[in-house]
Formats: sequence, structure tokens, C-alpha cells
Amino acid sequence: MAHSETAAAGSNEPGWQTMVTDWSADKQTFQVPWGKAMMWIFLLSDTFIFTCFLTGYMNVRVSTPVPWPNPSEVFALEVFGVSVPLLLIGIMTFDLITSSGTMALAVNYGYRRDRGRAAALMFITAAIGAIFVGMQAFEWTKLIVEEGIRPWGNPMGASQFGATFFMITGFHGLHVSAGVIYLTVVAMKVLRGDYEKKGYEIVEIVGLYWHFVDLVWVFIFAFFYLW
Amino acid sequence: MADAHATGQTHPLKIYFVIWGLLFLLSAFSYATDFLDHGYLRWGLILLFMFLKAGFIVAIFMHMAWERMALIWAILGPPVVLLVLIGLMAVEGDYTELTRLDFFSAPIAPAGHAAEH
Repeated sequence: MAHSETAAAGSNEPGWQTMVTDWSADKQTFQVPWGKAMMWIFLLSDTFIFTCFLTGYMNVRVSTPVPWPNPSEVFALEVFGVSVPLLLIGIMTFDLITSSGTMALAVNYGYRRDRGRAAALMFITAAIGAIFVGMQAFEWTKLIVEEGIRPWGNPMGASQFGATFFMITGFHGLHVSAGVIYLTVVAMKVLRGDYEKKGYEIVEIVGLYWHFVDLVWVFIFAFFYLW
Repeated sequence: MADAHATGQTHPLKIYFVIWGLLFLLSAFSYATDFLDHGYLRWGLILLFMFLKAGFIVAIFMHMAWERMALIWAILGPPVVLLVLIGLMAVEGDYTELTRLDFFSAPIAPAGHAAEH
């Protein structure tokens, strides 16, 4: 009887009963490959890190009596003599969303065992990620060289602006860069057929990491650039 | 149940394209909030589009909608405590600002004002 109950819980039914069964049964709790569970745990810890950064940013922004530089103007770009607010940041946002879509498709083709398409989509995702890092490098260069923004001060207002900006976007950019390398390595292994026996969960695991990087950008875009 | 693991998350491609399109649309709306004046409307819309985008990414692209409760709560539950940190730091930030205005803005604060505290 107990065995049949466990088997029933193995289906994808949602609900509290499955939660109780999963946690109380004397067996593995998470019904996913261990690598996927571990990636989720890692992303959970990363969530705490990024929230601490964004909370620190909120704290210094709230506590400074000096006006905060207006991101809309700081990150504006001149196009044909017209200043467009947040232009580059908008493009970077769409760039990451695009890469999230190609990643989601790669995961799907991986599970369909279409390793050619899965690898190709992963390479495309990595390339779009590399473009993101390139645009960020351009943004940083412009801010440092032309606008004179430093971690300890800037000409526009509160000196904490630079410190929080470089730390938060820098840490995010580091995640994107690591993701590009991770994606490329796994895509090459997928293409080589290394996972034909093991199965293609690895593509979903890489995908989780990549979507998380996009997810963090959603919050950075909202709180740092738009607020 | 090993079979269920082997097949993994397989869903029709259509849902990814729909969500992809929605994310583009929401990003465009997000970007558009930059043309609003600073105020509750702007902040509310920023938060609305942000949470919708985050929700779609986690639920569909990261497949959380199809995971079991045990995993969903193990991952999405703990971050709730971060709200305490955010709340505390918001209060602390306000307090620090008031303190700075009181003690470090000599031209603004009237003479003897600091002594009252």
C-alpha cells in the first residue's frame, strides 16, 4: 500500500499532499535530478547575495541627503543629436530576454534529444550573452571616461551612486560572463554527444542558471535604472 | 518513476513563444515607465511589470509551475525572510538620513537644535 502511494506521488500532481509525502517519506525529497536540485539551491543562495546588494543600494540611496543622480539622464544616449533616455539599458534588457527565449528552446530540444538544435541554440544564447557583456563594457567605459563616475564620487550627485552601480552591475556582469563560458562548454559537450546516455537534464540545469541571470537583471533594471 | 525523470520537462514549444512575446511586451512597458514622472503611478507600474516578468520567467522558463510543492517551497519560501531585511534597512535608511540632516547640515538646522536630542 505504502509503495503504491509513493508511486502516485511520483506523478506531477500539485498539492499539499505531495509535499507532505515527499518530506515525510524515508526517501529522496526532491523528485528531480540531483544536479538540478543543487542548481536551485545555488540560485537560492545567489538570490540572497543579490538581494543584499540591492538592499544595501536602497539603504545608501535612502540615507543620503544629497540628491541621487537621475539614471534616466546618466544612461541616456545621443542618437542623431537627440538624447534618448536609457537607450542602451533598454537594448540590453531586450538582448537578455531574447537570450532567455533561445535558452528555453534549447532546453526543449535537449529533452527531445535533438542535440544539434539544442547545441546550436545554446551557442546562440552564449553569443547574445557575450553581446550583453560587450554593451556593458561600453556602458562602463562611457561612464568612467566621459562622465567621470567613480566608486567614491561623481559630478552628478550622491557619491554612493558609483559604488552601488559598479558593484551591482559588475557582479551581474560577472554572472553573465560565467554563464557564457558555462553555456559554451556544455554546448560543446552536447554537440559531441556526451549526454546521449545520461540524458539532457544538463541543458535544463544550465538553462536555470541563465534564466536566473535574466531574472536578476529584471530587478536591477527596475530598481537601479528606472526607480 | 525513473522514467518520469528521464523525460524531464517537455512542453509544447508554443508556450515558450507566447511567454517570450509577453516578456518582450512587458519589457517595453517597463521601459515606457521611464517617461512617467516620479510618483506612485510610476513606482507602482515599475513594480507591477517587474513582478510579472519575474513571475513568468520563474514559472514558465524555469519550469517552476510544473515542479512539485516540495521543491517550490524549498526554493521560493526562504527568500520571504528577505522582506524583513528590506523593511529594517528602509527604516534604518530613513533614520540615518534624518540624523544626517540634523547633525551634518549646519546651515539648515537652527542653532541648538541638535542639543534637544
